[in-house]
Amino acid sequence: MKIAVCIKRVPDTEARLRVAKDGRWIDEEDVSFVTNESDNYALEEGLQLADKNGGEVVALSLGPEGAQKELRNALARAAGKAIHLKDEAFQGGDSQATARALAAAIRREDVGLVLTGSQSDDVGYAATGSVLAAELGWPHVWLVMGIEIEEGGKTAKVTREMESGMNEIVRVPLPAVIEVQAGINHPRYATLKGIMKAKRMKIEAPTPADLGLDATNVGAAGSRVEILSVDFPDSGKGAEVIEGDAAGAAKTLVEKLQKEARVL
Amino acid sequence: MSKNVWIVLQQRDGELHRMSREAIAAGQKLAADLGGTASAVVLGSGLDGMKEELGGFDLQAVHVADHESLADYTPGAFVGALKPAIAEAAPDFVIFPHTYQTVDFAPRLAAEVDAAIMPEIIDFSVEDGRVIYQRPIMGGKLVARCQVNGEGCVFVSVQSGAFSGDDAVAGSAEVGALGADLSAVAADREIVGVEAVGGDQVDLSKADIVVAVGRGIGGEDKMEPILELAKKLGAEVGASRPVIDNGWLPRDRQIGSSGQTVAPKLYFAIGISGAIQHLVGMKGAGCVVSINKDASAPIFALSDYAVVGDLHEVVPALTAALNDAGV
Repeated sequence: MKIAVCIKRVPDTEARLRVAKDGRWIDEEDVSFVTNESDNYALEEGLQLADKNGGEVVALSLGPEGAQKELRNALARAAGKAIHLKDEAFQGGDSQATARALAAAIRREDVGLVLTGSQSDDVGYAATGSVLAAELGWPHVWLVMGIEIEEGGKTAKVTREMESGMNEIVRVPLPAVIEVQAGINHPRYATLKGIMKAKRMKIEAPTPADLGLDATNVGAAGSRVEILSVDFPDSGKGAEVIEGDAAGAAKTLVEKLQKEARVL
Repeated sequence: MSKNVWIVLQQRDGELHRMSREAIAAGQKLAADLGGTASAVVLGSGLDGMKEELGGFDLQAVHVADHESLADYTPGAFVGALKPAIAEAAPDFVIFPHTYQTVDFAPRLAAEVDAAIMPEIIDFSVEDGRVIYQRPIMGGKLVARCQVNGEGCVFVSVQSGAFSGDDAVAGSAEVGALGADLSAVAADREIVGVEAVGGDQVDLSKADIVVAVGRGIGGEDKMEPILELAKKLGAEVGASRPVIDNGWLPRDRQIGSSGQTVAPKLYFAIGISGAIQHLVGMKGAGCVVSINKDASAPIFALSDYAVVGDLHEVVPALTAALNDAGV
């Protein structure tokens, strides 16, 4: 079975962020980018399912030129093929516009399963995978912590997280879109051999026209949601910052916890 | 033109989810700010017992979709029930509590009724007739001001705690059946079962002091000073999700939306940036101390004391200072 895995390039969650001059997004200079955390787990899950059940992983990313790094990494980790929706017209979309583009690219591949992460670490809509499923007319399962392919690829038994420490186990017909939660597996690192092989592999980069899409129906032009500005949150009263080197700050903190907060 | 706001309430066994009241408060405010009306809808099976409670809010109407196919939640049945109703009533806004359940089906429903999605808002304002939403991005490090352009319905989900359930305005609402044919509504999957995640759960909720560690710790091999600090304080060790996902601590130590909820008198957040998924699990803590190298970490907003610095230096220093102070 062919498994498509959607991966997104996002700023490293450990990156120190600054607001861009125009105030509409972060300043991307000096920020390192990584594969979105839950997408990274989705990729590993796809590779493991392909190993176990036979088949191939197609890595798919909608993002700027720099997202090629994430696709090369996927190829190095044994994805068989990569598709990069890097055309400018695809960029800056909301969940719907992004899902339309991803769905069109997936329809060209004969896939039995689509894996995505559950939420992006940048805009965090937690919606694109479910909208993608609606676009494809397939069921979706969100926040997934376990996948077993059954009946030779006709169904999947899927464990999904619920609130309050419970998991629900469901069986869905395939094809389906399964949105993976971080922690489902232990993602592998690329091997040197894999990296060398990935360097030589071609990455497809279809345009909207190649996918039969109107360029005004994808990306920012095809989106209703617009980010007007970004800023650091109002920190309210905020914390009292304890100054000094480690030893000095530690000593002051203990005094304050004893005498001021009276919790020790 | 008067705006029509729908609020989709979540219930379980006939009890309204706490966040449903918060969604009512948000929906009522949006309707009031826009000079429109607010109605609610609730889905489930055997909901007769909720009628009095549902009728006690200041809403134009409460539509109840009561059908056996809605007894257990599935996105297939919930989308199937709401899609024709939303298409028929054509509300301008549909408000959801931002719970695991609504995050699961609202985006799909939005796609099927061609609505825009504005997830997890923490606030909104109406400026010149436009609704400006605020929502966290970058794991809560930043807040984005957003708007929705163009014609058509907007789905809005409301983050836990962003609005107070106490602000839901009481009144009287007419409670009636949702005017949609539910006979064809069906699950899109088989529910095999439900299981507890943890197995042998450590109960962190009773701890007086919790020492919680986040991704900033950097590895399992760096955990020892954390454990020493916890031992010194007689504290339980907790963690944010990435620590658990990486296998650095067992899953029953997880604090947050998919883990445990704690309310100790003293909480140490060490190398934890403060994503909302973690904050919902610890916001009941009394005194919060954060240690983080990033001065803009969102956890600081919720903290009483903050040390901006390298946790690998500060944590051992803190244990030493506790020893010196005779704690």
